[in-house]
Amino acid sequence: MNTPVTCPGIEELRARIRRLESAAGRRRLGLPFGIKAIDQHLPGGGLALGALHEVAGGSNDTIHAAAAALFAAGIAARTKGKVLWCLTRPDLFAPALAQAGLMPGRVIYVEAGDEKSVLICFEEGLRHGGLGTVVAEVARLSLIASRRLQLAAESSGTIGIAIRRWRRPAEAADFGQPTASVTRWRVSVLPATPLPVPGVGRPRWLLELIRCRAGVSADFEVEACDAKGRLALPSELVHGPAAKDIGRRRAAS
Amino acid sequence: MVLTLDAAARRAGLRIGMPAAKAQALVPGLIMRDADPAADAKALDRLALWALQRYAPVAASDPPDGLVIDVTGAAHLHGEEDSMLKDMVNRLASSGLAARAAIAGSWGAAHAFARYGAQATLVITAGDSAKAILGLPIAALRLPKTMVEDLSVLGFTRIGELAAKPRAPLALRFGPELGRRLDQAMGRLSEPIDPVRPPDFNEVRRVFAEPIGAPETLARYTGKLTDKLCEALEAKGLGARRLDLLFHRVDNRIEAIRIGTARPVRDGARLTRLLCDKIATIDPGFGIELMRLAATLAEPLAPKQMVSSLTEEPEADISHLIDTLANRIGEQRLYRCAAVESDMPERSVQKIAAVAPDTGETWSGLWPRPARLLERPEPIETLAVLPDHPPVSFTWRGIRRRVTCADGPERVFAEWWKHDAELIAVRDYFQVEDEAGERFWIFRAGDGEDAATGSQRWFLHGIFG
Repeated sequence: MNTPVTCPGIEELRARIRRLESAAGRRRLGLPFGIKAIDQHLPGGGLALGALHEVAGGSNDTIHAAAAALFAAGIAARTKGKVLWCLTRPDLFAPALAQAGLMPGRVIYVEAGDEKSVLICFEEGLRHGGLGTVVAEVARLSLIASRRLQLAAESSGTIGIAIRRWRRPAEAADFGQPTASVTRWRVSVLPATPLPVPGVGRPRWLLELIRCRAGVSADFEVEACDAKGRLALPSELVHGPAAKDIGRRRAAS
Repeated sequence: MVLTLDAAARRAGLRIGMPAAKAQALVPGLIMRDADPAADAKALDRLALWALQRYAPVAASDPPDGLVIDVTGAAHLHGEEDSMLKDMVNRLASSGLAARAAIAGSWGAAHAFARYGAQATLVITAGDSAKAILGLPIAALRLPKTMVEDLSVLGFTRIGELAAKPRAPLALRFGPELGRRLDQAMGRLSEPIDPVRPPDFNEVRRVFAEPIGAPETLARYTGKLTDKLCEALEAKGLGARRLDLLFHRVDNRIEAIRIGTARPVRDGARLTRLLCDKIATIDPGFGIELMRLAATLAEPLAPKQMVSSLTEEPEADISHLIDTLANRIGEQRLYRCAAVESDMPERSVQKIAAVAPDTGETWSGLWPRPARLLERPEPIETLAVLPDHPPVSFTWRGIRRRVTCADGPERVFAEWWKHDAELIAVRDYFQVEDEAGERFWIFRAGDGEDAATGSQRWFLHGIFG
């Protein structure tokens, strides 16, 4: 009887695949956000190291990606080592990054002229391995390009963050296209935490985890990065009964 | 005889070629210097060396008064071709040399446009240069002076008229020189540039009995040359900051690769990789018979002890990555931002080299700053109570937004020590939030009361996250 299962060649291949997968699984460590509601949604208890993540702005912010840039800066601030930031448009304001905890001495900016050079620099940075985080502002990210970036990130253990930023709001439909990134986030601005006096309070974001490999998507309402790059839950939610399952409830609705 | 003169002398009516006595008679008190062709040639060579170190791997002097530089593949490292020429002319002007520059498809054409073009800096694409040169005078062709005079006697004034005539009678009358110069100017005949080399130059070379052309072969010999050069550098205690690899083709043309490093490097494998990244840009043509590798810029590199510490984790060395990226996209486009003591937001950030030491300085973060700063503030239409209230609503890029809450004003005084116009200018910055929660950084030029402090118009300057 011909049983392919007992064929020694195939058995050996299967063993090799198991070994490869477990090796990849072992490296799946996470950078925790420090907020239980978010961390328990992410496999590994945080944002996976050695992986590609995508961040985009919501509504009008798809063009400027200001909140998305600060979100990325907050993540980069909590990693160790230098940060490479690949740009196409030089409108990023470094003092704002410093206020999100990313000190100017740590960030190296690359002003690559076009999308293609940005992707080349992005991959080169991810492959190097000596950097803490590599951030790139890209509009188009094809499946093949993202696969290359993901493999480069896996080989070095560096976090790669692709800030998706388009020229026109209509082009943002591109964000639905499949890519090889591990998580995909959308950061939209919300009215700031109200203050008892006139003025603007701590900014708030609606953080949508649209896609997460080996996890479920969810929405969170958070307060923006503090001076150390940490997010926080809005204070009226932390102790209330709603705080425990806010993520789950939003995900279900 | 007057050999050359400056702009003031030209205005006074002097001409090149007039007797010295006549010039002195025309302009009393004229300052005259004896010509010293040998010193001029030496100075020109020094200038060529400067161009070699600064701009491109193939540079040479073009006596009596010019430099010729092959900028193929080197222009993008200095911005665009146009900005490179402007930079070159400005740098020469700041050291007291009046210069004109042109980029064209061939040495002959660039020579002609630099001397007879309309502007001080001119960029002509390789495709257009053969056509554009037809309108220039014959003197632009680098012909002997007597030949130019003879041609003008025959009624030729422009290169176009000469190019339209049959070649044979002209060659019979003037010899082969005329046709050769014409072809060189039109780019039909190649003209190699013999690059200038200082006496104590770190250079290694390899001659091939049979021309080579395959990229793998080129890469292999690049590796061998780099190892040889690193040995030579090690003997002198130097490290390379800039390497030029020249490929001499069998058809007498030179192809070149230039790489730079952020710190002196003597690591053969690393330099080889940087060079091999660019081998794809080389067109070997019918084959390459000579490869020359030179360290155009070398700096002392002493052996250093690696600090080993049990307590601290060493910071990863990223100068390798910086070199790779800088050679790909240009050194200026790779930078870090440093804090500058300035209240003007657009002046508070300074670009510094990516490998500059980290001083740990940062901006004093008392006021929130926007994540995106527009390149120039955009005017907005507002409804605001003067002098010190934020707007109630504003219209930016055609969208009207109602302000729900605002913070401010943060008064920024202009820097009176920079311009007279900034003596009393003032900006009042507000952070405003609209109904959807989008936060913007807007300012009013002026303090809201005194018209001298600004136009009292409102601008949007940045977007908060």
